[in-house]
Amino acid sequence: MALHKADVAIVGGGLHGSSTAVHLARAGVSAVVIEKNHVGRHASGVNAGGVRSLRRHEAEIPLALAALELWHRIEDLVDNDCGFECHGQIAVAEDEADAAGMKARLARLRSLGYTHERWIDAHELFERLPALARHCVGGLIAERDGAALPFRTTLAFMQKAVALGQRFLEGTRALQVRRDGLAWRVLLSSGDTVSAPVLVNCAGAWADQLCAQVGEPVPLEPIAPMMLVTLRMPRFVEPVVISFGRPLSLKQTADGTVLIGGGRRARVDRNAEATLLDWRELSASVQTVHDLFPMMRGAVINRGWAGIEARMPDDIPVLGPSAVAPGLFHQFGFSAHGFALGPIVGRITADLVVRGRTALPIAAMSVQRFAAPSAGEPL
Amino acid sequence: MSGADTLAQCCDLAVIGAGPAGMAAAVEASRRGLATVLFDEQPAAGGQIYRGIAATPVQRREVLGADYWHGASLVDALVASGAHHALRTTVWSVTRREEGGFELGISCNGAARLVSAAQVIVATGALERPFPIPGWTLPGVLTAGAAQILLKTSGLVPGPGTVIAGSGPLLYLLMAQFAAAGMPPATVLDTTLAGRWREALPHAFDFVRSPYWRKGLALLRQARSSNNTIIRGVESLQVLGEAKAEGVRYRAGGVTRELPCELVLLHQGVVPNLNLANAIGCEQRWDEVQKCFAPVVDEWGGSSVPGVWIAGDGAGIVGARAAEAHGRLAALQAALGAGRIDLAARDVAAAPHRAERARWQRGRTFLDALYAPAAQYRIPAGDTVVCRCEEVVAQQVIDTVRLGCTGPNQMKSFLRCGMGPCQGRLCGLTVSELIAQERGLGPGEIGYYRLRFPIKPITLAELASLPRTEASEQAVVRLPH
Repeated sequence: MALHKADVAIVGGGLHGSSTAVHLARAGVSAVVIEKNHVGRHASGVNAGGVRSLRRHEAEIPLALAALELWHRIEDLVDNDCGFECHGQIAVAEDEADAAGMKARLARLRSLGYTHERWIDAHELFERLPALARHCVGGLIAERDGAALPFRTTLAFMQKAVALGQRFLEGTRALQVRRDGLAWRVLLSSGDTVSAPVLVNCAGAWADQLCAQVGEPVPLEPIAPMMLVTLRMPRFVEPVVISFGRPLSLKQTADGTVLIGGGRRARVDRNAEATLLDWRELSASVQTVHDLFPMMRGAVINRGWAGIEARMPDDIPVLGPSAVAPGLFHQFGFSAHGFALGPIVGRITADLVVRGRTALPIAAMSVQRFAAPSAGEPL
Repeated sequence: MSGADTLAQCCDLAVIGAGPAGMAAAVEASRRGLATVLFDEQPAAGGQIYRGIAATPVQRREVLGADYWHGASLVDALVASGAHHALRTTVWSVTRREEGGFELGISCNGAARLVSAAQVIVATGALERPFPIPGWTLPGVLTAGAAQILLKTSGLVPGPGTVIAGSGPLLYLLMAQFAAAGMPPATVLDTTLAGRWREALPHAFDFVRSPYWRKGLALLRQARSSNNTIIRGVESLQVLGEAKAEGVRYRAGGVTRELPCELVLLHQGVVPNLNLANAIGCEQRWDEVQKCFAPVVDEWGGSSVPGVWIAGDGAGIVGARAAEAHGRLAALQAALGAGRIDLAARDVAAAPHRAERARWQRGRTFLDALYAPAAQYRIPAGDTVVCRCEEVVAQQVIDTVRLGCTGPNQMKSFLRCGMGPCQGRLCGLTVSELIAQERGLGPGEIGYYRLRFPIKPITLAELASLPRTEASEQAVVRLPH
């Protein structure tokens, strides 16, 4: 029955927990990361690997742009290139309705001062995507976007954190958290206890359980976005391609396999930590791939899977200090697009812990947006 | 006998694999009134052991032997039963349905379909254990089983100067079959460990009372009387050559020799083909005697997933005759589950099959102990290829364990082994045993790959051809901008 003491206890050893551990270490703050399986077991290790600012929710754009700066120098942060490759991301307009929607989006982004997305016409589209079906009319491109390898990235962050002196307790679950005077005490399934003045909730699809324990319930929905991977194919596409009007993401990895994602969902049982693929939905995904890339007809699908992730009703994460408990910070609910943000969100949380503030705008992601209005407060 | 389009949308029982266990199960289930569909990838029933039985060009019965021709009776019974036999049909997924029962993803003639079954019997049989020695991936190196398929389906025999290496009863069966088919003299390098007799001896009494005693004696007699050169106690073996197999180097009796050859047949036993059971989520265990993973099943073949039964070699190597009995017992249990018979009727019907099973399993422990493959042939070192699909060698696996990788599923993410088209069939056991050895633990504690559907690769076009439903049409509806 060991007692582990640190400045910060982090529940969840995925990319977000590991990233926070790295940034805290750089600030001279000690942390213990509690992980119920092994690092990278769930969403962090098995997602599509997109590093994307393209088509982000407005609230996420500043974070995505700041994250990209880190990704382009990721070796400086974690001594590993994480398999990051930058060939841009392109959202494809299949008809004039898509094109109009894209141009409206661009106008809105420009009005907010963003220039990271650009319209490309059919000519440039087919130059960049020669294998694309010719019915497409144009697209949106974010040239600094790319993709990386999820498991390698998550592991690299964990190994850097360990090299900087942080501790990871794997194979043990946080059963109970409670405030005890000035410290949080986390009781583990191994029988050990972690004691720290600060607690960070990086528990992914299980984060609402911790929230419930501290009396700050959130409407989290566990989801399991599905992925397919093919056997190796001759190189035919460099940028990551996402569709605009229907769910799709497609990328060809460095070893030639093609990853097909897009967010269609499997059935998920988060207690059993199991997912059941929905083949009708996957069939619709590959229909989309086939419509956009006719030469993919003969591609051979070798494996399908789905990671377990947390979705919030407004599709943006919960980030920032708890509204009810002192010394508790939330960092979850990335709604199937948290991988790219991993490197920067860890720094945001570390800044909040160390300095009490962050330079990046996170008000829209506050946990308070889910609080029930109490009597006397304006609605 | 037809394609996927004529299949009913649902059935009471899906049997996957038309080898002896699957055929026997389908016949029994059909007798009990279950609407049964038997699926198999091959153009005809028979599985591996009775492969090609309906159409083999090898018509002289003494070549393939009486055991092989017993399979014809199973095929005849299948044809006469009411079971629907879906040929050339691959089952690539089996998923529990929320409303109960299972949904099977199947492919036939380049088109995929989803069909439902209330219960499933997995009878996917066995596959040959990997034989990872230096040079095993060179052109000109085949498994003995592959050579046997060539004999059964096309009447081909190996040419002169072939080397046949390994251990196990199938090796001797193969030698007898090839000799009867007119194969020129070959060299047999027997890798059965000297001294295995001591492990096997406690089981010898059962063995001499078993059906395998006379068969075994007959095979050994045939082997000794053939023109083949048999070298026993081969302690190390490698295939030589640059772009193809050119020879073998082996050590026996303390002496190392080289032998030129162009064709090398390797075999060291068979292990359960458990990819489908694994992907369904059936629990597995490590069998320390047979040195392989096998699904956990009860005496009826019931797996850890309710409604999924596993029969035949796919549940643990028992041989073809015992597999039939397993298939019938699983079918009876499925009939009970479907309410077609009651407990009393089940037990009465099961009695003869239990007896058959006991009869044909007696003596196998002796064979298992005698022919347990030696560690040096299961757990390679250095730059011997472990994962053929991704070209991962043994030293890479060992180095990755030293970096902190604790098991095969993490290993997949580190090195990609197990992520190629064979889906772990050729590397899974080797990787688990390598990690176990390096970590000083048993393979049972290390575990095996967690496999995913599709358990056979399918093309994008096949998956895209799934019939549309209203729900999936709506899912493709445009997203709001």
